[in-house]
Amino acid sequence: MACPYSWDVPGGVQQHIRDLAEALIDEGHEVSVISPADDDTPLPPYVVGAGRAVPVPYNGSVARLSFGFLSVSRVRRWLNQGGFDVLHVHEPGVPSLSLLACWVASGPIVATVHTAIPRSRVLLMTYPVLRTALEKINGRIAVSEAARTTLVEHIGGDAVVIPNGVATHRYLKAEPLPGWPGPGGAIGFLGRLDEPRKGLAVLLRAFEILGPDRPGLRLLVAGRAVDPEEVLYRVPAGLRDRVVLLGQVSEEDKIRVLHSVDVFCSPNTGGESFGIVTAEAMAAGLPVVASDIDAFRQVLRGGEAGELFAAGDASDLARAAGRLLDDKARRAELSTAALAAVARYDWSVVARDVLRVYETVMLGRTGVAVQDTGGFP
Amino acid sequence: MIADVILIVAGALFVGVYVSWRAGRIDRLHRRVDMARIALDLTLLRRSTVAQELATSGLLDPATSLLLAGAVHGTRGGQRPRDLAESDLTRALRAAFSQPDFRASLSGKEGADELLAEVEEAAHQVYVARKFYNDLAAVTREARNRPLARLLHLSGHAKAPEFFEMDDSLIADQPATAPVAEQPGGPAFGHTMERSGHD
Repeated sequence: MACPYSWDVPGGVQQHIRDLAEALIDEGHEVSVISPADDDTPLPPYVVGAGRAVPVPYNGSVARLSFGFLSVSRVRRWLNQGGFDVLHVHEPGVPSLSLLACWVASGPIVATVHTAIPRSRVLLMTYPVLRTALEKINGRIAVSEAARTTLVEHIGGDAVVIPNGVATHRYLKAEPLPGWPGPGGAIGFLGRLDEPRKGLAVLLRAFEILGPDRPGLRLLVAGRAVDPEEVLYRVPAGLRDRVVLLGQVSEEDKIRVLHSVDVFCSPNTGGESFGIVTAEAMAAGLPVVASDIDAFRQVLRGGEAGELFAAGDASDLARAAGRLLDDKARRAELSTAALAAVARYDWSVVARDVLRVYETVMLGRTGVAVQDTGGFP
Repeated sequence: MIADVILIVAGALFVGVYVSWRAGRIDRLHRRVDMARIALDLTLLRRSTVAQELATSGLLDPATSLLLAGAVHGTRGGQRPRDLAESDLTRALRAAFSQPDFRASLSGKEGADELLAEVEEAAHQVYVARKFYNDLAAVTREARNRPLARLLHLSGHAKAPEFFEMDDSLIADQPATAPVAEQPGGPAFGHTMERSGHD
């Protein structure tokens, strides 16, 4: 697998590659990942560092990428030594190792596109240069419908959509934050506070209904906001000190937040294609109350693995959450059901879908070889 | 009495001539600064054109090509402020040129030496044109800010020229202006810029 971004910088693509590689290794496959990385970064045994990534302006910000003829020769050496059956490149449209790997390799090549970017003139401008590399891709994977549209427009051909998996084992256990959930119970929320479709406003209105009758009940909210104060001012003054805002939290703290509450709430009013946060809460064994949009209906198996309420309806949410808070047995039942339901979205399952794509492109081929690229070292 | 009148008339005449001379100078400075700005725009445009030629030449690996093309596109899109976009192009060029043995890796390829020399030349012209423009802008601003010029509003409706600040150094050893460059500069390029930088 080829990773375009520096391994030492946290990011969605790197996390995806790590989880997929580990899931494939668990299945007994041999995986080698080439990635830009600083020389002193400790790397997992399956990652080969391609040297320090160079910070360069890319898409209006600074990205740490690997490019140039030295990177080309490192990729070539990695391919030569690896003797791989299939090459899987991630984000081949980014000027880094994935694109270079496509360029120097021949044989079964699978590409995954993660981000949806509008068709740009940059790609048109460099199309003759990129074509030789991108035309060699035999299997295309997109992590979402939006990414699929991008891929079809940019590279052509069709793509299968295989969403990100959930590394469920990571979520299973964690130390709750000190003092949580507390005797009065706690409800949790994760996501951008000021993005209306994430639905925090609905949850806050429901808390206005629940709060006065349940003196110990607290709300734990983690996520970014341009103006967190403004969020608090929407809560009546008497309840304000029972709403705790954590701001943006790290990956580890996110898992601790999930273990710090009794009930998790996904009040989204729309715009979710899968609901990864909801799935992560389920992987932590949390009883979930979620709005009845299609994405959550699917993840929660139509209400078997979590309570659904009418999207946008605060009183319905208050009713559903209140019932859960009062009924410990029901919470335990939903926790078990959630763990069972989320297993379907575990990386081990997702990795099997990816393997099926590998098998398709490998049909009748011998493996990945290195190609001459016109005088490059 | 007559002597006094003569003195006053002569004094008024002198002041009038002096003021109109100052006004003329400020006007000439504004015109020169406008010309210098046009010249700077032309050199930036030329640099972006040859950078694009390099990006699409097929001489470079596709990743470097894509990176350069993205930076070139940024200077035209108008989505980012001009100075930031042009600095990005400088940094992209610097990232490409400052790879160890960059030149050696391309020597022998048809047209490579000419194209690289052209990019270097274009980058150097940007450096010179920008220095020239900023020097003139400084003189003009200073002339406008003199008490007499301000009192009599000698600059008329002409706007004060803004300085054009950007990262235009293709040598990587200037951390003050080039925070992203961490690799040692390519010797050939650094030398060119050093030599011509002291013109």
